[in-house]
Amino acid sequence: MVRIIDRRFDSRNKSAVNRQRFMRRFKHQIREAVADAISGRSIKDLDNGESVSIPGKDLSEPRFRHGRGGIWETVFTGNDQFSTGDQVNRPQGGAGGGSGKGKASKDGEGEDDFVFNLSREEFLDVFFDDLALPNLVKTQLARIQEYKSQRSGFTNDGTPANINVVRSLRGALGRRLALASPYQGRLRDLQRQLDELLETRPDDDPEVVRLKDEIGILRAKIDAIPFIDTFDLRYNNRIKVPKPTTQAVMFCIMDVSGSMDEEKKSIAKRFFMLLYLFLTRTYEHIDIVFIRHHTVAKEVNEEDFFHSRESGGTVVSSALELMKEILHSRYANGAWNIYGAQASDGDNWDNDSPHCREMLAQTILPFVQYFAYIEITRGEQQNLWREYEKLLGAHTNFAMQHIENLPDIYPVFRELFKKKLA
Amino acid sequence: MNTPGRPKRKKPLPSPGEWSFELIDAYHVEIDRVAREFKLDTYPIQVELITSEQMMDAYSSVGMPVNYHHWSFGKSFLQTEKGYRRGQMGLAYEIVINSNPCIAYLMEENTMTMQALVIAHAAYGHNSFFKGNYLFRQWTNADAIVDYLIFARNYLTECEERHGEEEVELLLDSCHALMNVGVDRYKRPAKLSLTKELTRQRERAEYLQSQVNDLWRTLPTQLAKAPTVEHHRFPSEPQENLLYFIEKNAPLLEPWQREVVRIVRKVSQYFFPQRQTQVMNEGWATFWHYTLINTLYDEGLLSDTFMMEFLHSHTNVVYQPGYNEPWYQGLNPYALGFAMWQDIRRICEHPTDEDRHWFPDIAGSNWQETFDFAMRNFKDESFIAQFLSPKVMRDFRLFAILDDDKDPKLKISAIHDETGYRRVREILSDNYNLGSREPNLQVWNVDLRGDRSLTLRHQAYLRRPLAGDTEEVLKHVARLWGFAARLEVAHEDGSIECLHECRQDRRKHDKP
Repeated sequence: MVRIIDRRFDSRNKSAVNRQRFMRRFKHQIREAVADAISGRSIKDLDNGESVSIPGKDLSEPRFRHGRGGIWETVFTGNDQFSTGDQVNRPQGGAGGGSGKGKASKDGEGEDDFVFNLSREEFLDVFFDDLALPNLVKTQLARIQEYKSQRSGFTNDGTPANINVVRSLRGALGRRLALASPYQGRLRDLQRQLDELLETRPDDDPEVVRLKDEIGILRAKIDAIPFIDTFDLRYNNRIKVPKPTTQAVMFCIMDVSGSMDEEKKSIAKRFFMLLYLFLTRTYEHIDIVFIRHHTVAKEVNEEDFFHSRESGGTVVSSALELMKEILHSRYANGAWNIYGAQASDGDNWDNDSPHCREMLAQTILPFVQYFAYIEITRGEQQNLWREYEKLLGAHTNFAMQHIENLPDIYPVFRELFKKKLA
Repeated sequence: MNTPGRPKRKKPLPSPGEWSFELIDAYHVEIDRVAREFKLDTYPIQVELITSEQMMDAYSSVGMPVNYHHWSFGKSFLQTEKGYRRGQMGLAYEIVINSNPCIAYLMEENTMTMQALVIAHAAYGHNSFFKGNYLFRQWTNADAIVDYLIFARNYLTECEERHGEEEVELLLDSCHALMNVGVDRYKRPAKLSLTKELTRQRERAEYLQSQVNDLWRTLPTQLAKAPTVEHHRFPSEPQENLLYFIEKNAPLLEPWQREVVRIVRKVSQYFFPQRQTQVMNEGWATFWHYTLINTLYDEGLLSDTFMMEFLHSHTNVVYQPGYNEPWYQGLNPYALGFAMWQDIRRICEHPTDEDRHWFPDIAGSNWQETFDFAMRNFKDESFIAQFLSPKVMRDFRLFAILDDDKDPKLKISAIHDETGYRRVREILSDNYNLGSREPNLQVWNVDLRGDRSLTLRHQAYLRRPLAGDTEEVLKHVARLWGFAARLEVAHEDGSIECLHECRQDRRKHDKP
C-alpha cells in the first residue's frame, strides 16, 4: 500500500532556475549593490559573496487586498483583563496585538528591504557580467598547448631512472621460477633417492657419489639462472598529454611620485585588483609583475607596491623601459598572454611623454594582448594623456580611461574590457 | 479486530534516534493498522524522503512537486533559505500534496519519532481530509493535479522559447497579481486531465481567438445609431472571476496568452480550498497524529523515549500564545483546530449539561460518525460557527475587539462569557470568511461603445479601503485587458467613486 521513495539523491537544484530568474529580474539592483560593495570594500574582501538589499517596494507582488481603515472586528486569545464594553487605547507601533491585527504588518511589509546573499560565484558573475578580455577570441588564448606528463602503465624499455623496481623484480622472480622448474623437479627426485641410499649405504658408495655429482650439476644450473635479466626490466611509462592551459602575466605599473596621493593610489589599487580578478577568471595561472616608478622604476613585491611610500618627480618612461626588459627576458617565449595596466596621475616630466608614447607603440604594444592606461586626476587631463591619445586609433589593443574618484572605477573597468565581438 | 485504545502489551518497536527505511516501513504498518481501525479513508500513500535543500525547493514552488518557472518562486526560495540558514526558522517537518496517490515529503533530518509523527499527521490526517472534505472533492482533482502542472510547465517553457522569457514573465506577473480574484467561488470547475487539456487547449486557442472579436463587432453600427439607444451591458452580470473574464474576453490577447491566464487561474483555483480550511485541516491532522500515536503507545508498541519526544513536538505545534505576548501572531490554526476536534470528541463521549444545551445534535452521539460528518461538510467559517463550544472559548480566553477608525478608542465587543459566546463565535467565524477577509471585486462593465475600457467595482464592506498597491494591480489588469482599466468603489451608502484609472493602448506599441 505504501510506497517509500528515497528522493534525496534526485536533482537538487530544482529552484536554481527560479533563482536565476530572480537574479535576472533584479539585475539592476544587484549590479548597483555589487558596484557599491566594490567601491566600499577592502581588497581582500573581494573574494567573498555579498549581501544584496533590494527595496521591498521593487519586488512586491501587488494583490487586491484590504488596507488599514474601516471597521474590523477581530478575535484574540488570552483575555486577562477585559470585559465586554471596555474601551482601550490603540496600541502604538503595532506590536503586542491590539488593533489592526495582521494588517499593520502587512502594509508595513512592503517597506522592508529584501536582503539576500550572493554567493562568491554569483557576486563575481554579476561583476564580470558580459565582460571579456579584448581580442580573446582572435588570439585564441585558450588554445596555448602545454603538455602535461601523466602515468600510463609500464613499458619494456626506458631510461634507468624510470625503472619500476617492484615490477621488475616480480618479473625476475617469475622468470627464475619458470626456468628453474624442470631442474627443480629432477633435483627433488635425486635428493629423495640420495636420502634413501644414505640410509643403507655408506657415504662413499659409487651410487651415492654419482647422485651427489648429478645434484651438484643441477644446483649449478639453477644457480646459473640470472637473478635479474634485462628481459625483466619494467619501466614506468609516462606519456605527454596536451593540456590546454592558459597563463598570463599582468604588469602593474603605478606612479608613486609625490603627486600621487593616497586616494589616487587607492583608486589605482582597485583598478589593478579588478583586473587581476578578471584575469583569474580567465587564466589558470597568472604572474603579476609590479613595477612602481617615480623618476626611476623598480620591480617590487605586492606589499611594497601598494604600501610603501615614495616621493619625487616622475619619469614614466623608466617604468616602460623596465617592463620591456622584463617582458623580453622572462615572458618572451610566446606561452604568455601579456597584459599591461598603468595607473598614473598623468603628471609626467614634459619631455618624457612623447618618448613614452614611442616606446609603448614600438616595444610594448606589439607584444601585449592589451594595455590599459588609467589617468586619475580631477579635472584636466595631463600631458601623458595627450600623448597617449595619439596611439588610440592605430592600436586596437590599447585603451585609456580617465577616472575622477572611487565610484568611477567600476564603469571605467567595464568600459575598458567591454566585450568585443569577434 | 482490536478495539482501539484497549491496553494490550506488545513488544515495542525499536526507537533509535536515526530512522531507516525498514523502520519507517514498520512504523507505517502499525500506524496504518490503527488508522484503518478508526476508519480513516485515504488516498494511497507515497512517502518520499528528501533533503532540507529539496524541502526548500518544494517550499518555493508552493509545495508542489513540479511547477512552472517564475522569479517570484526564486524570491521565496531566497527568503526561505535565508531564514533557514540563519536559524531564524525551521523548515516544516513535512509537506503533503493533495494528489492521488497522496505524496508526503519527509525530511531526512527528522528523527525516527518525527518521521512517525509526520506519517500519522500528513499521510493519514491531511490525506483523509483531502479525500473527504467537500471543498477538496468539489474544487480539486487529486488524480490530475500533478499531470496538469507538468502540462503547465511544459507549455510555459514552450511559450518562453517562442515568445521570449521576458514576455512570458510579464504576463505571469500580471496573472499572479490577479490570482486571488481569479477563482470561482461558487461555480464548480471542470475536471482536469492531461490529455484532454492538451487537445482541448489547441481547439480552445483557435476558437477563442475567433470569438473575442465580439467586442469589435459593435463598432460599425454604433455610428449609425442614436447615442441614446440603450445598449446591452457587457458583461450582462458582474463577474467575480477576473482571470476567467480576461481569458475569455480580453480582446488583444494572443491564444497562448489566454492559455497562460488559464493555467494561473487553474492553479489558483486548486489552492482555493486550502485557504478556506486551515483550522479544520491542520486541526484534523493534528488530532489524528495525536490519537494514532497515543493508541499505539497504549498498545505498548512505542517506547517512553519515543513518547517524550513526540509529546514535546506536539506541544510545540499546538502552542497558543496570548494576545499580549511578543510572539503572538494571531490564532494558531493547529492549536484552535486541535482543541476543537478534541472538544467535539469530548462532547460526543462525555457531554456536560452545557454541551447538551449548545449541541443537542451531537452530545452523546458516536464520535467517529460525528467526526466524519464534520470533516466532510464544513469549511473553517462554517465549522467554527457550528462547533466552537463555550468550553474552547473559555480555554482560549477568546475576546473580540472592535476597531472602528472613526472611534478614537478600541472597544471590547464580546468576551468568553455567557452573553458573549455567540458573538465571539460569530466574529471568529467571520474572521475566517474569505468573503469578508478579502475585498469584493467584480468586473462591472466594459465600455463597448467608447474606449473599450474595463471597469472593476469594489463593493466596500464596513468602509474597509483597498491597500496602497491597488493601483499597481490595476496596471496589471490594464496590461492584460489591453485597454484602459478603471477601478470604482461602491460605498455602502450607495455612492460610487472612481479610485484609479489606468490608460493603456497596446495596439500602438505592439503593432507598429
